[in-house]
Amino acid sequence: MRASEIRALFAVANRPEVVSLAGGMPYLEGLPLDQIADTMQRLVATRGATALQYGSGQGDETLRERILDVVRLEGIDCHPDDVVVTTGSQQALDLVTRIFIDPGDVVVAEAPSYVGALGVFRSYQADVVHVPLDEHGLVPDALEETLSRLAAEGRRVKLLYTVPNFHNPAGVTLTAERRPRVLEIAQRYGVLVIEDNPYGLLGFDGQTLPALRSLDEDGVLYLGSFSKTFAPGYRVGWVVAPHAVREKLVLASESAILCPSNASQLAIASYLDTCDWKGQIKQFRELYRERRDAMVGALSEHLPSARWTVPDGGFYTWVQLPEGLDARSMLPRAVTARVAYVPGTAFYADGTGSSHVRLSYCFPTPERIREGVRRLAGVVNAEQELVEIFGTNAELDPDVTDVENPSPNLA
Amino acid sequence: MDTTTGTPTTAATDDEGAEISAPDAAQRADQHLHLLRPDDDVPPGGHVTILAGGLSHERDVSLRSGRRVAESLRAAGLEVTVHDVDADLLPFLDANRPDVVWPLLHGASGEDGSIRDVLELVGVPYVGTGPRESRAAWSKPVAKSVVLGAGLCTPEYVTLPQSLFRELGAQPVLDAVVARLGLPLVVKPTHGGSALGVTLVERADQLPRAMVDCFAYGEVALIERAVRGVELAVSVVDLGHGPEALPPVEIVTSGPYDFDARYNPGRTEYFAPARLDEDVLSIVRAVAVRAHEALGLRDLSRTDVILDPDGVVQFLEVNVAPGMTETSLLPQAARAAGLDLGRLYRSIVNAHVRH
Repeated sequence: MRASEIRALFAVANRPEVVSLAGGMPYLEGLPLDQIADTMQRLVATRGATALQYGSGQGDETLRERILDVVRLEGIDCHPDDVVVTTGSQQALDLVTRIFIDPGDVVVAEAPSYVGALGVFRSYQADVVHVPLDEHGLVPDALEETLSRLAAEGRRVKLLYTVPNFHNPAGVTLTAERRPRVLEIAQRYGVLVIEDNPYGLLGFDGQTLPALRSLDEDGVLYLGSFSKTFAPGYRVGWVVAPHAVREKLVLASESAILCPSNASQLAIASYLDTCDWKGQIKQFRELYRERRDAMVGALSEHLPSARWTVPDGGFYTWVQLPEGLDARSMLPRAVTARVAYVPGTAFYADGTGSSHVRLSYCFPTPERIREGVRRLAGVVNAEQELVEIFGTNAELDPDVTDVENPSPNLA
Repeated sequence: MDTTTGTPTTAATDDEGAEISAPDAAQRADQHLHLLRPDDDVPPGGHVTILAGGLSHERDVSLRSGRRVAESLRAAGLEVTVHDVDADLLPFLDANRPDVVWPLLHGASGEDGSIRDVLELVGVPYVGTGPRESRAAWSKPVAKSVVLGAGLCTPEYVTLPQSLFRELGAQPVLDAVVARLGLPLVVKPTHGGSALGVTLVERADQLPRAMVDCFAYGEVALIERAVRGVELAVSVVDLGHGPEALPPVEIVTSGPYDFDARYNPGRTEYFAPARLDEDVLSIVRAVAVRAHEALGLRDLSRTDVILDPDGVVQFLEVNVAPGMTETSLLPQAARAAGLDLGRLYRSIVNAHVRH
């Protein structure tokens, strides 16, 4: 099955009859929309000519100052000059890859890895090499082994791309103990670390681990975002970068988009000024924790033959299907049963992953999550019976160059 | 096991059993040049509701088809609303009473006749084939047996439900299929379009996997002998003067003509009209018109055939709701005939209003 077929199957996911456990849309109904409307109204009324004008390529200075308040929660101590505002952290990924990667250069990434990053790396013709993770995140020994092997092969490794907190799709978190070790290994091999951290403040127990950037100022590019802690519609993310890289980022961003949206930046700065954004994040944590519980509870009840990670934060759990099942082949059956998920192959650059699915619990209500998992269990059981009859095994993705992720506006 | 063999003949026969001669077929085919008569230029001043979307595997394709046709009809001066098939549809139809509904739904309720049943229940005129005929055409084995009865050829095939494999065990059944039909084979769900769940099987050891992929889309599989040859799609349009075939479109793909090849520009090369002699084209057109008539189809259809190395036109399947996307075959055929899509679609609507 080709990726275009998979993407077409996702088209049903936004229908109300379908329980979508496929998308990554945050749940925005909890936002204080009246208050935000007032803030926006005031912004345009009082500073409209600025908000609707071009802005600086590096990003609005007031917002960059406010971003320091956000990253300080993760132990990052930096200057507003170290921050470059981008159009979502997705653009930051694009700019960083554009600056550092020549075709054939190696990017080391977790197995599995964020599908949107793999797409960027592919578009710049990077060669992605995966390193396994376990329930404690990226495995340092495996990282060392991989970097050592690549060095012996004479390969040029430029970047280590990692989502340390509440990983997308794996749902795991790099432990505090492993963090210095990962940084030490990367430093020793001269590899720059891209720390992609959209979910770091969404830990369910309220605990926030120190960012990799807080442990290493020069070897880490930190990517942050307001998409999960506030609202993705503004498309505002940022990079905290060492000085030498920061200038290149600003130039690259100016050549790509001139400047990030001034209206969005000023709106977010006003929100941070006037609304209880920390209280909002706390609310999100509680909301998503309840949904995580619904997901994990339903998996235990309906799908005991599978294995899954239990995330301590973020949006996703990573489910290993019973042996022999192929998540891509099974997707049409799921669509017929009115449930959607993302096949694991989307999260690998090497064609593997068909034995896994990513389930998201961010958008559907707990009740819908339970119903979705119940439907998924029926799909898995039917597919298992089929595999028992025909004795087939999951196979490699025949075309790893295709994009298998659903559109961002998918529930 | 139900096996059916197509009778190879070089030309189809018409209702009276006489062979369709090439000139006769050519004459019928040439009528496409007159598809748009002056009276078709009169806008009906009516309101068309296009149904697009639905809850099928082909929702995405249907949405694209719906948008394309809506744009063309609007450009041709009609008032058009696009509506999904959901709980709001019947109240909408009741409140707005469109002059015509055009179901551009692919797969499931859109093609299996059920939406058309409902449109008849609520008494709204619609473009396209009626419910009973849709149901027959939607089932690939039923359609194949109907066209066989009408004297057309179709590749030898079996239809096998998943339950049968459970009862008999997979390997003995698959062995029997290969022994009887040989290789290569095409495995496809008995219902469904856009080549979803379809696999071209070159080696016997690929069959189990193909069956799993097929049964993910539906309960029953159709396995047919793969015919090599020129792949052709023939659109048939009836504007109230009898069904007429548009120029056959030849499809050349580097791999199988699968979903990806169908909807992503670049993987497939189309030749419209097909690079065949005029008399062969005439026979191909006649086969499509014959299939359209034999199955009792209305307004428009698309028949997919293969011209085998012996010059036999092998019927593969027919679509009562042909794709209308930017890469779809009916729009390509219409353009090859020199027809403006907006005018053609408006004529389909007009002709239907006159029915």
